[in-house]
Amino acid sequence: MKKEKDYIGDIAEIRSMMERSSKFLSLSGWAGVMAGVYALAAAYLSYAVLDFNPGEIAPSTNGLATGFPIPPQLVSLALGTLLLAIGTAVFLSQRKSSKRGEKLWNATSRRMVATMAIPLVSGGLLILILLNNGLVGLAAPFSLIFYGLALFAAGSFTYGAVKFLGLMEVVLGLIGTCFIGYGLLCWAIGFGVLHIVYGIYIHYRYETEM
Amino acid sequence: MKLAIDGLYKAFESRVRLGIMSALAVNDTLDFNALKEFLGLTDGNLASHIKALEKEQFIGVTKSFVGKKPNTQYFITALGKTAFNQHLKALAQLIESQK
Repeated sequence: MKKEKDYIGDIAEIRSMMERSSKFLSLSGWAGVMAGVYALAAAYLSYAVLDFNPGEIAPSTNGLATGFPIPPQLVSLALGTLLLAIGTAVFLSQRKSSKRGEKLWNATSRRMVATMAIPLVSGGLLILILLNNGLVGLAAPFSLIFYGLALFAAGSFTYGAVKFLGLMEVVLGLIGTCFIGYGLLCWAIGFGVLHIVYGIYIHYRYETEM
Repeated sequence: MKLAIDGLYKAFESRVRLGIMSALAVNDTLDFNALKEFLGLTDGNLASHIKALEKEQFIGVTKSFVGKKPNTQYFITALGKTAFNQHLKALAQLIESQK
């Protein structure tokens, strides 16, 4: 006969295996904080240095609405911020997963990335098309909406808080679409402040014992 | 079906088999390598446990090819799900009765 301790151990093993095999829990809280900091810096730079804060959907510069009104520095800044945020997230999550004795790129994380890729890629392409047509004002709010949808979908495979974060991003994106003048502000709140708050929450909720 | 006196399934006595069943209970399908990673086992060890569960018809296999590479997916059968749930219930009752 097994001892009671063993039965409890069995239940613990079942619980842990169900969680590990269905949820990607190596997402680092610090990565969220860092992504938020990068986003705030990028929003500040684009506003203060590059003077980017479209007040309408398709701003017409001196009556010349045609052409590509996005300065190349802004595109570089956006791409740079994105790569930096992803790089930090991969690096910190890699550290966290090796601490947990797991592989970062496993069945669960693969599924999560695949789920996120669909809304992210379609949103990214849509924004490029919008920019190409001079609809600059929609870029920031639409990026919030599609990022939020990606997070909401990814939430099924990781911490439940990610779902909530996704919903908040979508709401901010919709607000930003209604009030284009606040688009960049909403973007800074969504990608900056919310990421920082989320990262701190994840860190203190799940990582303090590490 | 082999049941021990206390309502526990003999097939689930090993932690490894319990782990395989738990992982398959929350995933539609998993391939051999995914199971190996989650459980941290060697090929041979995992294969023998899988074979035992397959023999009981608690898990099923679909074999296909992705390009030229063979792709083996495991899934939990209806029978396996029932047995696993009953095993869980029995575990809970045993813990409760020993309190």
